[in-house]
Amino acid sequence: MKVTVTINGAEQTADIEPRMLLVDFIRTTLGLTGTHIGCDTTSCGVCTVLVDGTPVKSCTVFGVQVDDRSVTTVEGLKQNGQLHPIQEAFKEAHGLQCGYCTPAMMLVGSHLIEHNPQPSDEDVRWAISGNLCRCTGYMNIVDAIQLAAEKAGAATEA
Amino acid sequence: MYPRAFDYLRPATKEEALEILAERGDEVKILAGGQSLIPMMKLRFASPPTLMDINRIPGLDAIEEVNGHVRVQALVRHNDIVGSDLISQRNGAMASAAPWIADPIIRNLGTMCGSIAHHDPEGDWASVLLAVGGEVVVESRDGGERVVPASQFLVDMFATDCQPTEMVTEIRVPTYDQGGGDYQKLERKVGDYATVGAATHLELDGAGAISKAGVALTSVYHHNLEVTAAAEVLVGNQPSDELFAEAGRIARDACEPVDDVRGSAAYKREVVRVFVERGLAASLAQAQSAAQ
Repeated sequence: MKVTVTINGAEQTADIEPRMLLVDFIRTTLGLTGTHIGCDTTSCGVCTVLVDGTPVKSCTVFGVQVDDRSVTTVEGLKQNGQLHPIQEAFKEAHGLQCGYCTPAMMLVGSHLIEHNPQPSDEDVRWAISGNLCRCTGYMNIVDAIQLAAEKAGAATEA
Repeated sequence: MYPRAFDYLRPATKEEALEILAERGDEVKILAGGQSLIPMMKLRFASPPTLMDINRIPGLDAIEEVNGHVRVQALVRHNDIVGSDLISQRNGAMASAAPWIADPIIRNLGTMCGSIAHHDPEGDWASVLLAVGGEVVVESRDGGERVVPASQFLVDMFATDCQPTEMVTEIRVPTYDQGGGDYQKLERKVGDYATVGAATHLELDGAGAISKAGVALTSVYHHNLEVTAAAEVLVGNQPSDELFAEAGRIARDACEPVDDVRGSAAYKREVVRVFVERGLAASLAQAQSAAQ
C-alpha cells in the first residue's frame, strides 16, 4: 500500500505491506535508526515517536496508519543546526548512560514541556512512566527534563 | 514479531464500516487504538484476514452528556477520559480508573470502547462499567442500534455479545445527582495488569441513604466480577464504616483469585476486602461533597 508521511518535516512516499510495523517503516524503509526497538511488546517505550505531536509506541502501530500524518523522531528534534532544549539538557544534566532509551525519553520530555512548561518532579515521573531506563535510576532524566523546561522557558522569554 | 499478512481497509464513514461488516464481518477485526489487538496479532494469537481501521471516521470521538447519561464514543482515547472535566464531574469511578489504564503512552492510542470489545479478563474498564451500571451500544447495517447492559455484553473472557456484523460505537454510563465512585488498583509497576482492582459506585437519596450501589473486581476471578451481593447489602441502608466493612467481607468471599507471580490467593482476598472498604468510603465522600 502506498503511504505518504511527513517525517521530521519532509514528505516521503513509500509502498509498504500493511503488516509492516511503524518502527520498521521508520528504521528500514526511511533509514532513520535513531528510533530503537526494545521489548517489541508495548512495554519498554524505547520505540516512542510523535505522531501528529502525540507520543505513541511505534512497535504497536502499523506503518499504514500514519498515511497523511506527521511523524517526529529523535532526528527531527534538532532545528536549523540548533539542538532542541531537551537535547542540550540531557547533555548538560547527564540524562543518559548507555543511551538506548534516550531518543524516546527526549521525545516524551519534549511533549511534556510543550504542554506543561514547569513540570514538577511528580509530573515528569508520571509522564515517563511508560518508558524504561535500565541505567540511570531515572534521577538525571527527571533533572534533564526539568532543565529543558527552564531552557525552553528562557528561550521563549528572550 | 510480525503478524500474518492481512487486507487493510480504511473506511471513511461509519456507514461504510458497517457495510464492510455486513458483507464480511466474520473475517474482520476492527482497529481503533490497537494497543491490545496489535500485540495479539504479533504473537499470532489473533490472525484476522482483514483489518478495518476506523481511525479516520469522523464524529466518533465525543465524550458528552445526552439524555441522562454520559456517552463515550468509539475513538475516545483513555487519555481523553483522564483529561475530561465532564467525566470527573459526572462519574467518579471512571475518572478514578482512567489514570490507571496501561501507561501514559498507551493511553494516547488505546480506547475505552476497544478495551470493552476486547474484554481482556484482567482489564480495568469492565469492572468500572459493571459497578456503575453502564451500557454498550453496538450498531450494524441491518440491525441498526442495539443497547446492551454491560453485565450482558461481557459474556466471558475475550467473549462479548458483539456479533461479527456489529461494531461497538459507544459506551453509556448513567449520570447521578448525588453519587460518587472510585477505582482502587494495586499493580507491580505502571502498565502491568492489576494484582487486584476494585470499582465501587454509590448513589444517595434525599435522606442520605444508599439508593444505588455497585461493586466489581478485577484480576481475582476468571473474568471481571460484579459482586451483586455486596451491592444488595448496601442499598436501602445509611452508609457507615460497619456497612462498608460488611460489603468488603462479602466481596472477599465472592472472589476466587489464584496464586501467581503477583501474589498469593490469600493475600489478594485481603486486598479485595480492604479495597472495597476504602473504595466505598471514597465514593461516599464524593457523594456527600456533591450533595453540598
